[in-house]
Amino acid sequence: MDLFRLKAHELHEKLTRREVSAVEITQSVLARTDKTDTVIRSFITRTQDAALAKAKTVDEKIARGEAVSPLAGIPGALKDNMCTNGVKTTCASKMLANFIPPYDATVTEKLAAADAVIVGKTNLDEFAMGSSTENSGFFTTRNPWDTDRVPGGSSGGSGAAVAAGEAIWSLGSDTGGSIRLPAAYCGIVGLKPTYGRVSRYGLVAYASSLDQIGPFARDVRDCATVLGAIGGYDRRDSTSIHSPVLDYTKNLGVGVKGLKIGLPREYFVAGMQPDVESSIRRSIDELVAMGAELVEVSMPNTQYALATYYLIATAEASSNLGRYDGVGFGHRGEGNDIVSMYKRSRAEGFGPEVQRRIMLGTYALSSGYYDAYYLKALKVRTLIKQDFDRVFEKVDVLIAPTAPTTAFKVGEKIEDPLAMYLMDVCTIPINLAGVPALSLPCGFADGLPVGMQIIGPHLSEEKILQVAYTFEQAHDYHKQMAPIREVD
Amino acid sequence: MQFETVIGLEVHTELKTASKIFCGCTTEFGGEQNTHVCPVCLGLPGVLPVLNEKVLEFAVRTGIALNCKISPYSKFDRKNYYYPDLPKNFQTSQYDLPICEGGYLDIEVNGETKRIGITRVHMEEDAGKLIHAGTISNSEYALVDYNRTGVPLLEIVSEPDIRTPEEAKAYLEKIKSILSYIDVSDCKMEEGSLRCDANISLRPIGQEKLGTKAEIKNVNSFKAVQRALEYEQERQDEVLSEGGRIIQETRTWDDSRGVTLSMRNKEQAQDYRYFPEPDLVPIIVDPSWVETIRRALPELPEARKQRIMKNHGLSPYDADVITASRPMADYYDALLAAGAEAKAAANWLMGEVSKHLNACSLDIRSCPVPPANLAEMIALIEKGTISGKIAKSVFESMWTEGKAAGVIIKEQGLVQMSDEGELGSIVEAVIAASPQSVADFNAGKEKAIGFLVGQIMRQTKGRANPELVNRILKEKLTGK
Repeated sequence: MDLFRLKAHELHEKLTRREVSAVEITQSVLARTDKTDTVIRSFITRTQDAALAKAKTVDEKIARGEAVSPLAGIPGALKDNMCTNGVKTTCASKMLANFIPPYDATVTEKLAAADAVIVGKTNLDEFAMGSSTENSGFFTTRNPWDTDRVPGGSSGGSGAAVAAGEAIWSLGSDTGGSIRLPAAYCGIVGLKPTYGRVSRYGLVAYASSLDQIGPFARDVRDCATVLGAIGGYDRRDSTSIHSPVLDYTKNLGVGVKGLKIGLPREYFVAGMQPDVESSIRRSIDELVAMGAELVEVSMPNTQYALATYYLIATAEASSNLGRYDGVGFGHRGEGNDIVSMYKRSRAEGFGPEVQRRIMLGTYALSSGYYDAYYLKALKVRTLIKQDFDRVFEKVDVLIAPTAPTTAFKVGEKIEDPLAMYLMDVCTIPINLAGVPALSLPCGFADGLPVGMQIIGPHLSEEKILQVAYTFEQAHDYHKQMAPIREVD
Repeated sequence: MQFETVIGLEVHTELKTASKIFCGCTTEFGGEQNTHVCPVCLGLPGVLPVLNEKVLEFAVRTGIALNCKISPYSKFDRKNYYYPDLPKNFQTSQYDLPICEGGYLDIEVNGETKRIGITRVHMEEDAGKLIHAGTISNSEYALVDYNRTGVPLLEIVSEPDIRTPEEAKAYLEKIKSILSYIDVSDCKMEEGSLRCDANISLRPIGQEKLGTKAEIKNVNSFKAVQRALEYEQERQDEVLSEGGRIIQETRTWDDSRGVTLSMRNKEQAQDYRYFPEPDLVPIIVDPSWVETIRRALPELPEARKQRIMKNHGLSPYDADVITASRPMADYYDALLAAGAEAKAAANWLMGEVSKHLNACSLDIRSCPVPPANLAEMIALIEKGTISGKIAKSVFESMWTEGKAAGVIIKEQGLVQMSDEGELGSIVEAVIAASPQSVADFNAGKEKAIGFLVGQIMRQTKGRANPELVNRILKEKLTGK
């Protein structure tokens, strides 16, 4: 039996029934990774020894008859922008190629407390800026469904690892779609929680007012389990929300009867891949057949979301990334004086996309331009939020495509930043509004997975997961794993 | 042309909270380099700030003491600039919505009271300290000490209401006095816990529009602020009188040479790209909390001064000196509480006590003579047990030996001789032994009496009651 193919809840059952050990599960995932990761390249750093050691402690607990958490002994991976004490945290940047944090992120701590097994740190677009992992300072991760294609980004390593069986679950971060896009492209479930639901302490900041950590999993139940383990108020993050974390797995089966689904007209954009659109529309029809009610809605400010995002996110990034100057940590370039040292350090340490966004953001905040760009973007952001507030008075959730196309080919868009930015057109408004959204597989187009996005109001994670679960259980997408051409 | 000077001051004061503004590190001064640090104040990747509530409380306390409006809604902003003592390369500060606005304080110059407006008070974090290998311009490298990084600061900005360097000094003294009264800062300029930047410009008398200003930095004492402003006032007057133009710039004060020097040209002003700090939530201040703080505020120097003048009849000058620092005023109140007479207590405090404290570089809080002991001594003078002159040497012994006045007087046999019979016979003996002086006196030389008093004092080792000696002597000499 290939243990790496199972879901966390299935493995948890086997563990508690003592059919398998956590060490066996971990070994299965590690062996799978040995085989697949030469092709997929999900990991920047692998932590096999620590993973096996943790698995062993879980087995000992089970042997002693202790109750263990649903994630205990279950191998998962962290995006390499979440701090791990003593383990390199690179953000896929040459700037932090050798950075070893002296502290754990809150999510890292919580997962350790849940006895989760961490098998490594996954690849991303440098500092989470990108939609394909092609902006990684080290290498590009491949889509397990077609290794000529990208896994999506920026959390592409975390998405690909789960799809390829190199991890049972993983964490990503989502600033403009960075969890949902790889989830869609890799045919798995990915959730961006409400802004503030999961502590950002220890997540290396890209755009502070938009960044949010969330789970990847191979089904909705696992996604719900991971969210339950990482969510909650954290006094170290002033923007985290004082609201109890639910057992999100508890009421997954309540169904969609009477549920009001909003279909936002503006998310079905021109230039959308036709079979992606038909896949989404068919899925919505199915939900209606299961008892949901469909309401067409309009969110007129959606068209401004992309521009708004690229002003706010880059402005915050230009400031957040100021600390990488070669003084206290990270790459230091040679220079005869402090200014030339700064310049060399940053020119050598940052890749082109990071430099582009820093310059864009610096410009947007500059005196004389602030009002026209940054301030106006903040105002439009408020309008976009109001669009959401308004529609959620009428509907329970919104359904939209996660991305306008399926996974594109490596190299296809890397020379055209604007075409790349367009991949996030359906996910970005959600980050601006701070609401939760989940992507789950809803079909295939030309053999590539299509992602459907379910969006809800603030702190509606439970509702979103229920809708997703209902849809998922009526299909078998979650039972299919990517057949990796070179391996399987 | 006659010019008028316009001065505005920006005061930075370090708050004496136990921990830093956004993390739990200690704010203690000194300490081995880079030991009072953590991932948050070092600005490591991934960290987030959390506002220390004490900082907010201290800011509100300061705002109330400076008669400011406390903003019900305020926020933090990032001030972006690159400097190696700033680990994140931005300073978390307050820009357009500071915690306090629109206050004032009254200063006293040449016996006149003047009101100086306070534009704003805002919270921010301090930067670290650079240690250069050599001078700033030729050192091969610099080292950074981050202990001070994240220590909470308040910036207090005055309106351009100050007209003379002397007023500037009085304003700073008043600020210092208030901040230490309300116990939010140590205000030690030498440790950098109080720093001042001064803006100064000149304009023709009668003109409303402000002239071009210079900003003076690096001034390390109140005296230096006054000197730097005097120098700058003269410099600008000269430039303008010769038909020249003042350049808007930052100037540094060179204390040893007594001049201000151009530092950098503000016309290519730095763009700090302020924007709202996304990692902190806006600060909502509950008015009832402000009221609680207001009620708990100690008596401020001005009120204390008025009270002392009214209740104890001290002169404005004496009251000012005594209330300039809270520990001094507390000492004074303790003297009175122990029964000392108000005027005498003031004289001793401003005289012998201050003299001794200064000589030993001591703060009144470490005064070796407790108020109760000094009050006892003052009472002994009142009663005539010791003379004022003897009291000085008693005080000396109290200072060095720490004993009570009564004990010292007994031990050293210093009780004043006030027995008329006893003194009378000593006076007679001295008169008998000094025929020349007696003859001089009888010849109308009043001065001769001084010699005789001296003789009597010598024989009594200074213990004779001087008033009594004078009276008896005159009686005996004139035969009345």
